[in-house]
Amino acid sequence: MSEHAHAEPSFTERYVFSVDHKVIGLQYLVTSFVFLLLGFSMVLLMRWQLAFPGQPLPLIGRLLSASAAPGGVIGPEFYNQLGAMHGTIMVFLGIVPLGVGAFGNYVLPLQIGAPDMAFPRMNMMSYWLYLPGGLLMLSSFLLPGGAAQSGWTSYPPLSVINPGQTVWLLAMVLLITSSLLGSINFIVTTLNLRAPGMTLWRMPVFVWSQFVTAFLLLLAFPPLEAAAVLQLMDRVFHTSFYMPEGLIVGGQLASQWSGGGQSLLWQHLFWFLAHPEVYVLILPPMGICAEIISNNTRKPIFGYKEIVYAMMFLGTMSFVVWAHHMFVSGMSTTLSNFFLVTTMIISVPSVALLTCLILSLKGGAIRFTTPMLFALAFLPMFGIGGLTGLPLGLTVTDIYLHDTYYVIGHFHYVVVTGSLIALFAGTYFWFPKWFGRRMDDTLGKIHFWGTLAAMNGIFLPMFAIGLQGQSRRLYDPTAHLHNLIGQPLHVVSTVSAFVLMLFQIPVIYNFFYSMFRGEPTDSNPWKATTLDWQCPSPPPHGNFAKLPRVYRGPYEYSHPDHRDDWLPQDAEKAVAS
Amino acid sequence: MNGNYGWFLPVQASDFAPAMDRGIHIIHWAMGVIFVLWSVFFAYLLVRYRARDGHKPDRSHLPLSVSLAPDIAVLAFEVLLVVVYAVPSWNRMKRIPPSAEGSLQVEVRGEQFNWSVRYPGADGKFGKTEPRFVDFTNPFGVDEADPAGADDVVTVNELRFPVNERVLVRLTSKDVIHSFFIPEFRVKQDAVPGLAMPVWFTPTLEGDFELACAQLCGVGHAIMRADVKVTDRAAFDQWLAAKKNATLAAAPKAAVEQW
Repeated sequence: MSEHAHAEPSFTERYVFSVDHKVIGLQYLVTSFVFLLLGFSMVLLMRWQLAFPGQPLPLIGRLLSASAAPGGVIGPEFYNQLGAMHGTIMVFLGIVPLGVGAFGNYVLPLQIGAPDMAFPRMNMMSYWLYLPGGLLMLSSFLLPGGAAQSGWTSYPPLSVINPGQTVWLLAMVLLITSSLLGSINFIVTTLNLRAPGMTLWRMPVFVWSQFVTAFLLLLAFPPLEAAAVLQLMDRVFHTSFYMPEGLIVGGQLASQWSGGGQSLLWQHLFWFLAHPEVYVLILPPMGICAEIISNNTRKPIFGYKEIVYAMMFLGTMSFVVWAHHMFVSGMSTTLSNFFLVTTMIISVPSVALLTCLILSLKGGAIRFTTPMLFALAFLPMFGIGGLTGLPLGLTVTDIYLHDTYYVIGHFHYVVVTGSLIALFAGTYFWFPKWFGRRMDDTLGKIHFWGTLAAMNGIFLPMFAIGLQGQSRRLYDPTAHLHNLIGQPLHVVSTVSAFVLMLFQIPVIYNFFYSMFRGEPTDSNPWKATTLDWQCPSPPPHGNFAKLPRVYRGPYEYSHPDHRDDWLPQDAEKAVAS
Repeated sequence: MNGNYGWFLPVQASDFAPAMDRGIHIIHWAMGVIFVLWSVFFAYLLVRYRARDGHKPDRSHLPLSVSLAPDIAVLAFEVLLVVVYAVPSWNRMKRIPPSAEGSLQVEVRGEQFNWSVRYPGADGKFGKTEPRFVDFTNPFGVDEADPAGADDVVTVNELRFPVNERVLVRLTSKDVIHSFFIPEFRVKQDAVPGLAMPVWFTPTLEGDFELACAQLCGVGHAIMRADVKVTDRAAFDQWLAAKKNATLAAAPKAAVEQW
């Protein structure tokens, strides 16, 4: 605190190159929401092409360049670019920076009673690697050759011979470095900067979720960074890490690569990151839900330790399930049985987490506030995402369902109706902390019901389309006979996607309106127990006027000896009325 | 559109399809039951424990063992699925290839954006191939000096199989990763350059089916498909003989023009 208290910071120091975790958190928040909106807009173009293949895009079609969309109709090359960029942006520039960069950065130091992150400058550097990484990724659309077009998974040899990939790889190196710096910061902050009395077993579930996530980022991202550099070498210097011998591309022997590489190597390295990445996407949102559910049921969360142990187990197991993405890749079919077993095991802690969250409702006095509605919707929606993972994790049924729309439906239920819904919950929940004002409730409820209905309208039909055998990443599904029957479902999905976009208008308006004109609130409008609500809203530089001291666990709601139905962690004693 | 496709799974046209569909059905029934029971409980909790005047929250919780019950139930169901269903069926469909003898051998090679197909001809032997012989008229690069290759039959985007005979495909790729997916057969395998993957199945239904590339392979991925026709043995032999009599070069040339 005191070391920051000297000269008044300039505008740039305060809002641009800030070292304050709260400003960096909000920078991450706004940037990642902008990227989410961009990634969503890209998929709207794709969804139009899927529902109405070969039809010119209304309005926007004429604005696109003639090479991307001749006559207003999206071309296959541009479609593939949109596909690869949608996946990359949503995962690496949207959900992860929102869940970890924004919520983790802002809330974690407050919840453990720290004045800031352990390494404020490194924190600033994380953001300032993330933003250029994201802009570089986006700028690839404007370069000759266009953006990457080999899927967000970038399987070689396609990714090595396709245009656009070099910039993707360079941007990924920036993004991964940013995540790495962030993860180290989170781990050190959690271990070293806890307020007196804040033992590990008194940390809120949200802090635990960030702590486990940080280890996943720390251990899973370096292999991808190395893999990306190897792929860059294959592209630029024609090494052959992933390039086998005797490739014939376009009728020509691809003799610039000497061969001897193995394209499956990339898949192993990629999924070694990308499976733990799934838990990076889901654990912080689960932590958010735990906070909101306990607060809005006015009772302690069910199975606090069970939740924490389940998260740790999930995090550990997530490193040994990666090859369930590769059952039909050509990998050893004996090894598949190992990954089948680990995949079945990892479903158990997920069930445990969901069970704890739902049993937390029992005996509560449930307040249906806007954040609570989103947190409650997370439960069944994430349930659908989890259940539909079962036929994909089972080797045999995956033969048929692998790379079909069933997979798309499955992971969008996890990441969109799961993670994103919970991140909306967190936005409504912590907004009063960020700005000292509350978001409008009516607009929030319109946003909630519209979003929930539209998301299901988009993703539910995908299960049927997938069971019909339709593959993902098809520019024109009607080119295959067996896909024709699913076409009306694509129309339902596309219309729902446009409806979803419309229902985001209330939240965008609500966010900016409430920031300046929303109803002012006191520092603890939800009557919550954790330390983040025991400091002013917004918290000043250094967060706490006096270093808090922690006396109890995080969820002492409806304590029988206390006059209020919430007993803050830093209150010395319960006070009878 | 024909009768092969419905709102759910396509028609069952291979020996693997019934087992595959049984698994998919069992899992979806289980998922449905779990989700409905769970949703009813969820809805009950929301109504019963809503905040209202005179309702006080109860701080006590159910014992931890109650929360472990669903975990154990799910684990038991999964162990059963793995032991009884997944491992044995996986052995049959993917892990233990049938012997080449008694199987109709076919070589299938993916390239951007066609499927080249080679039947070994009457001698049952494939001719030697080398990448340097590959051109548009010789998609496999068959060595013309090798006598075993003289009667090989090559087609492009056209596969035929006799009904009820086991097929053993040698699956390769020329350039990038493709995926050999025949939805009606419930068969899928990535074609990886540098690897030769065995794929096997027994077609059990005569008719017209579809081979679709299932792995993003570039700009033309969506149009990368082949016709799969299953006929009786006599019709198959007749077709193969007719293909053999046509010059080896004719079929690929036609395909190039068409493409």
